Amino acid sequence: MAKLSQRHLLGIKNLTTQDIELIFDTAANFKEVINRPIKKVPSLRDVTIANIFFENSTRTRLSFELAEKRLSADVVNFSASGSSVKKGETLLDTVNNILAMKVDMVVMRHASVGAPHFLSRHIKANIVNAGDGTHEHPTQALLDTFSIRERLGTLSGKKVAIIGDILHSRVALSNIFALRKLGAEVLVCGPPTLLPKYITSLGITVELSLEKALAWCDVANVLRIQLERQQIKYFPSLREYTLYYGITKKTLDNLKKKIIVMHPGPINRGVELSSDAADSHHSIILDQVENGVAVRMAVLYLLAAAN
Amino acid sequence: MRKKLIFDSDLLTITLQRLCHQILENHPNFSETVIVGLQPRGIYLAQLLHAQLEQLTRQKIDLGFLDVTFHRDDYRRREVVARASETKIDFLIEGKNVLLVDDVLYTGRTVRAAVDAMLAFGRPAKVELVVLVDRKYTRDLPIEANYVGKFVNTLESQRVLVELESQGAENNKIWLINKE
Repeated sequence: MAKLSQRHLLGIKNLTTQDIELIFDTAANFKEVINRPIKKVPSLRDVTIANIFFENSTRTRLSFELAEKRLSADVVNFSASGSSVKKGETLLDTVNNILAMKVDMVVMRHASVGAPHFLSRHIKANIVNAGDGTHEHPTQALLDTFSIRERLGTLSGKKVAIIGDILHSRVALSNIFALRKLGAEVLVCGPPTLLPKYITSLGITVELSLEKALAWCDVANVLRIQLERQQIKYFPSLREYTLYYGITKKTLDNLKKKIIVMHPGPINRGVELSSDAADSHHSIILDQVENGVAVRMAVLYLLAAAN
Repeated sequence: MRKKLIFDSDLLTITLQRLCHQILENHPNFSETVIVGLQPRGIYLAQLLHAQLEQLTRQKIDLGFLDVTFHRDDYRRREVVARASETKIDFLIEGKNVLLVDDVLYTGRTVRAAVDAMLAFGRPAKVELVVLVDRKYTRDLPIEANYVGKFVNTLESQRVLVELESQGAENNKIWLINKE
């Protein structure tokens, strides 16, 4: 018997460990489906899903859309640019208008923290948070942890370092929640200005030296510097950041063990990750993208059943 | 809870032998035939039939497992969602004769979903259905089995419980259970 404890996927914070395990098991089945000659199942053929993106996205949006189509759902896409949002329509009005056209599920990305939580209190459809500001990005954390589990067998006791712009990263926060719930040890590493002040209250450690962080971890999840969210200067220059926190193939080869390198994308090649490191055998970046479709299929499938 | 035994270990052995010979009668040449067990419980029967048929024909027969969870038409209409199991079909069924194997035939909805799911692996030349227990007069869809271990008259309030050694049970036994 398989049921999520939630009607919406707003963040990893509200999920139970059983929920995450259920999503993983279902995602493993969907991974088999998307590797078949015919990659489609009819599960959601009576469900209509709206992808509402108030912020830019390629990977997440494509991944959701593919997941929806592989489940035979009807899909409508909406992006804020070129819509009536520009004319001054509120979020609730926009979404209510879309729902009046009989939509069952909403996948939403929004620049404001808590936007999907706000919506979940006002509308009936199931909501999947595809990123809300600097807060959470639950499906990314699920696919990251799913990819680690696939490689290492389990997450329990594994050491994961999250490196880069922790302060502005929704991927970091969701990953920390997911990794802690699954029993992994977590360390964050980056320039002190990009580490949130009370981050250790989440039960994780802070390390300022990249070498020490890499020597400690089994998995390095490297994050992008989110210049678009930085209103002030947090470090002198990108070149200086790369000098201290950029990972190259040489840094990885100098380690005494083999670690897994992940990146949620988009990569700024030559800044946080050099090209030779991103394309090396350490990297599972493209596995993450493949697993993203399977994990999102599992989330949509399980949420549709939760009604 | 009242239980009635409908198969004991000996009877099951005889019935499996009969099913194998009936299948062989219709499939003189087994090279184009594959066996597909339906998850979660049909796979045990499929394994038993597969082992016996390989012995009888002295040739290798392809065996696969099919999970139909994502193809069910009662998804979102039932209180509890069925948990998916592994699908493992390492061969193409294009142009093959497929023996679908399940333990109990009840409403026929699983078999409908299975026929649907199977098409993702190719277009079979012919599909036949093997079941151990056929619950008569309970069908929701016009689906019948080609090879039946035993016909059983059942009420909707009753349930068929299959216990096989390969599933971890002590003895091979099949029960008819009255739900309270």
